[in-house]
Amino acid sequence: MAFREAAPGEPVLDEGVVRLQGGRVDLVVVAEMVAPGSRVLDVGSGDGELLELLATTRGCDARGIELSREGVNAGVARGLAVVQGDADVDLAHYPDDAFDYVILSQTLQATRRPRWVLEQMLRIGRRAVVSFPNFGHWRSRLDLMVNGRMPVTDNMPMSWYETPNIHFCTIRDFVALAELLDARIEKAVALDSSGHRVRVNMPWWVWNLLGEQAVFLLTRKG
Amino acid sequence: MTSSVQQDNTPKAVAGASAIQARREADDPHSPVARFGAGKPLKLDAGVELSHLQIAYQTYGEPNAARSNAILVCHALTGDQHAASLNPVTGKPGWWETLVGPGKPIDTERFYVICANVLGGCMGTTGPASTNPITGLPYGLDMPVVTIRDMVNAQAMLLDHLGIDKLLCVAGGSMGGMQVLQWAASYPERVFSALPIATGARHSAQNIAFHEVGRQAVMADPDWRGGHYLADGVTPHRGLAVARMAAHITYMSDQSLHNKFGRRLQDRAMPTFGFDADFQVESYLRHQGESFVQRFDPNSYLYVTRAMDYFDLAADHDGVLANAFRGAKTRFCVVSFTSDWLFPTEDSRAIVHALNASGANVSFTEIESDKGHDAFLLHEPELTAITRGFLDSAARAFGLPAARQA
Repeated sequence: MAFREAAPGEPVLDEGVVRLQGGRVDLVVVAEMVAPGSRVLDVGSGDGELLELLATTRGCDARGIELSREGVNAGVARGLAVVQGDADVDLAHYPDDAFDYVILSQTLQATRRPRWVLEQMLRIGRRAVVSFPNFGHWRSRLDLMVNGRMPVTDNMPMSWYETPNIHFCTIRDFVALAELLDARIEKAVALDSSGHRVRVNMPWWVWNLLGEQAVFLLTRKG
Repeated sequence: MTSSVQQDNTPKAVAGASAIQARREADDPHSPVARFGAGKPLKLDAGVELSHLQIAYQTYGEPNAARSNAILVCHALTGDQHAASLNPVTGKPGWWETLVGPGKPIDTERFYVICANVLGGCMGTTGPASTNPITGLPYGLDMPVVTIRDMVNAQAMLLDHLGIDKLLCVAGGSMGGMQVLQWAASYPERVFSALPIATGARHSAQNIAFHEVGRQAVMADPDWRGGHYLADGVTPHRGLAVARMAAHITYMSDQSLHNKFGRRLQDRAMPTFGFDADFQVESYLRHQGESFVQRFDPNSYLYVTRAMDYFDLAADHDGVLANAFRGAKTRFCVVSFTSDWLFPTEDSRAIVHALNASGANVSFTEIESDKGHDAFLLHEPELTAITRGFLDSAARAFGLPAARQA
């Protein structure tokens, strides 16, 4: 990878290292899709992990929106620009083309209006990066088919009655939504359950089966 | 005071002494003063010029060689320049010692902190209690009505006087937050970061209504005498005390009043079936009113509440708040409190939406607190952490050396 070497103590943009440390590989994949020095809005920024990664390893002007007060306070106390807000409502207040990238990492499935949120992202940013758990993964299918139960996995650890995830989708569902919104898929990465990339030259149906998480880079057509 | 062999330490005498001290502060404050002569008048929104402007201020810490470590702290309605030093009238600690001081988030070992008494105030900056140098008498109602923008323009004159070109940060709560917003709108190139807390971009109808109750209480006191009480040697202290009592309720929350007093009785086992202060909450409010009149000028209360009423930043920018911050490079951190019903979170959110619309760099957090509007003056660990994080990050981006590790 073509990134500058990280100073000691600085976050490292290396999937292998992150995987070994038990960190979120999808964040590295997301960060890798963002051009250095760009303006980024992270929707659902949590405690600011990705914001910090983007600021320190990519030199981005990175800002966040986060619903939880705890997450916002942790982020602001770390010196990050985070706004307490609800993606389902507050994205409407951002002007067109305000950012180079708008990121939604592991949050799409928790929004009330996924389609509206994605539309807003493509309006506010020139590009949208979305990562989400793939409900089409073979283990989810197995849970439903064999056990007749909603899947509970490392990435989706909560039971259906307490999870904030209300809009699950599969990789193929997401591709269909992107087509519906007339967005171009510039890049797509699927990660298997151990955080490794599913081989690139596989058809969608294989990705949909083997990918436990997916990361998409979308642009507006035209 | 006259020298007497036996010192009179009765509460009434002590209160009288602090009232006299407060009266003195209006002209000769216990803090540095910047005086601007007749040649440097302040042009007011009211359309008139105010000459012989005097600004009383305090500074804490030292400016660095580049004079790039200055933080302006703006006080609220009844605050003053003594943000982090003993108040000369009340003898109490500064009003923002929770946040300002050595090693605190607004670190006076790192930053050069400036706090000025507002225009229209009564602690040494020109206001209705000040002596009009032209007549030799107190201004009283001859003082033109001032606005938040006038206050900020006066502070800008003070910064010029102190040789501060650009502020690392402007911070303040309530009316102080209004000044922060006005600073960012009027002097964006002089404000690197802004920390408006528990405030709004305009004063709501409800808040104007509360202020009007307070002003009517002052003016209904026969000792107000059409605003000429100083010349007559009296003061409408009853009216001002009632104004303060009503206002004080708005600074607290239902929950905080309940936690503090509940329905507990004051020094008695049974209600008296009279109109004495049976309840602790009544006794507390009476005390708040009585101690306030010892330190604050009634006319000044009229002027400063009026300035808040007139504040509507969007109205000054074609009704679009985002226009006030168009192209702003300033970093903002907006903070509200869950139980603040005077400046509810929606007011802060409106500011944040406008800042988002103008593309500004903004953080916003609503802190969970049951202490009501006054939470910004009290010990709130999250406010401390957020202020520290925001200022550290701003200082870093502004090119200041990192804070020493504790």
